[in-house]
Amino acid sequence: MNDMSQETTVTADGRKIGGVVMEMKNITLRFGGVVAIRDISFDIREGEIRAIIGPNGAGKSSMLNVISGFYHPQEGEVWYKGERRPPMKPYQVAQQGIARTFQNIALFEGMSVLDNVMTGRIRQMKAGLFAQALWKGTAEREEVANREAVEKIIDFLEIQHIRKTPVSRLPYGLKKRVELARALAAEPSILLLDEPMAGMNVEEKEDMSRFILDVNDEFGTTIALIEHDMGVVMDLSDRVVVMDYGKKIGDGTPEEVRSNQAVIDAYLGVAHD
Amino acid sequence: MFYREAGDFKTSYVDDNQTFPIRFDRYRYYAVLVAAFAVIPFLINDYWVNAVFLPFLIYTIAAIGLNILVGYCGQVSLGTGGFMAVGAYACYKLMVAFPEINIFFHVIVSGGITAAVCVLFGLPSLRIKGFYLAVATLAAQFFLVWLFNRVGWFYNYSASGQINAPERTVFGVAVTGAQTAPWAAYLFCLIFTVICAILARNLTRGMAGRKWMAIRDMDIAAEIIGVNPLKAKLTAFAVSGFFVGISGALFFSVYLGAVEVGEVFGINKSFLVLFMVIIGGLGSIFGSFAGAAFLVLLPVLLKNVLVGGLGWPTDLAAHLEFIIVGALIVIFLIAEPHGLAQLWRVAKEKLRLWPFPH
Repeated sequence: MNDMSQETTVTADGRKIGGVVMEMKNITLRFGGVVAIRDISFDIREGEIRAIIGPNGAGKSSMLNVISGFYHPQEGEVWYKGERRPPMKPYQVAQQGIARTFQNIALFEGMSVLDNVMTGRIRQMKAGLFAQALWKGTAEREEVANREAVEKIIDFLEIQHIRKTPVSRLPYGLKKRVELARALAAEPSILLLDEPMAGMNVEEKEDMSRFILDVNDEFGTTIALIEHDMGVVMDLSDRVVVMDYGKKIGDGTPEEVRSNQAVIDAYLGVAHD
Repeated sequence: MFYREAGDFKTSYVDDNQTFPIRFDRYRYYAVLVAAFAVIPFLINDYWVNAVFLPFLIYTIAAIGLNILVGYCGQVSLGTGGFMAVGAYACYKLMVAFPEINIFFHVIVSGGITAAVCVLFGLPSLRIKGFYLAVATLAAQFFLVWLFNRVGWFYNYSASGQINAPERTVFGVAVTGAQTAPWAAYLFCLIFTVICAILARNLTRGMAGRKWMAIRDMDIAAEIIGVNPLKAKLTAFAVSGFFVGISGALFFSVYLGAVEVGEVFGINKSFLVLFMVIIGGLGSIFGSFAGAAFLVLLPVLLKNVLVGGLGWPTDLAAHLEFIIVGALIVIFLIAEPHGLAQLWRVAKEKLRLWPFPH
């Protein structure tokens, strides 16, 4: 970690961006002979919106899966909050305060919206099995306290009207929002969003962008997101990592990335003559 | 008309979290409890207790247990018969070894022992799912029955290989043995059923239930938000085993009094309880009651109508019962996979609006 990154900076719109909260150092991930990620390093600073972009198959989702503990890279280190993170199971990563959403919605279809979002509070709810079986006392107090926190998030994301609806009955756009609510309910230090706007129309994208900015602004949540819509990425993010064929080809502010020749080549293609 | 939520405002999350949020439902629940505890014991005779109430109450506990495992946590189990046998034999050994201790505690400890055995056989669930897990639990079924048949220590080396429940009393009233009054056996089981149902309801509406359902609906997503799959699955096996063990202990000590393990706790028992859960409704405590009532009452009803009413031979009626139960299971799986509990929910939705169309 270099000293530069520890400084707190203030963005043009007045948000504070702190020191490095997560750092990926020389990550290499292979599946047999296929190298999905090749020697990539980048960091995520506290309070920023960090985008990972790249053409299909560039290794973006693999990168997110490395962060959330699904994949264990063959080489490289993951540093989280100033400590090197040992190989961990996904649920342990979640308990450390890293929440995520999925490219394909991964909600619990048989449960109501409220139950789905409440499940996100797993880190905060500690009552034992016996306390829960008795219900009165610890378990009920904890349930009510966490329900209040969850209701704030439900208000924030404007899904009050569907809180008792089974998730399976909701349309796509709302499901995406419920998934965001579930991730937010965990009060994560880092929120990973895997294509939060995939398959949405313009209005839904605008809504989702507003929510992402509001979350970042209101709760100061650090966000790392993968997105294909360039307009959205350039508008939302503070810094962008560009990947292509498992390699990092660009890293910097949206302006820097936009004028980077390697990035332009990756996206527009180059004439081979 | 009378079945309305209008005007019934919830002003706290405690109110909103109630088991019966609608006032009418709540009063009906209290009425059922009062009738079950204060009215029925004075009305019933030996036939009603042994043909209807005891099997209903005991199977309900087993169905609640299995429903937690299959309906809430999504782990298919065909070992219920074997686990009930664990409860029964644990209860027998405890009753014989510690005659001075109240049978109430014997039954509870039997549940605990069954929970431990159930966790042991639940370990494969960490690696395998669905049909494969069903086969693994099937192994538990056959192994446990074999064990209780072959190892003399479990039946205290009795010549017949059976276990017999000695007489035990609660507050001076016999609840097991030949001298038991019908109402005493009924009340003893009723207390267990009610407590088990309340405990199960509390567990399933809280975080434990949400973890189980998360594993059931999408185990990968559950893990990514912080559910430890190992812990969630094994607690489901433990809680399920506890209830199934209690039902096995009651089935042996209060209901039958004497048990030959292969006959009573065979594979048929596993399927019977599974059918109760499916017909009653997966993932519903009420469904466990409904399913148990349905499969206990149906044979009694058919027998009374066909043999008693129409004068058919008993064997014909018995075989017709198999056909009807089998057909009903197929129909339920196709038409209403969520079982009687879902029919009940739909009926309530309709009643809420009645007599208006919208």
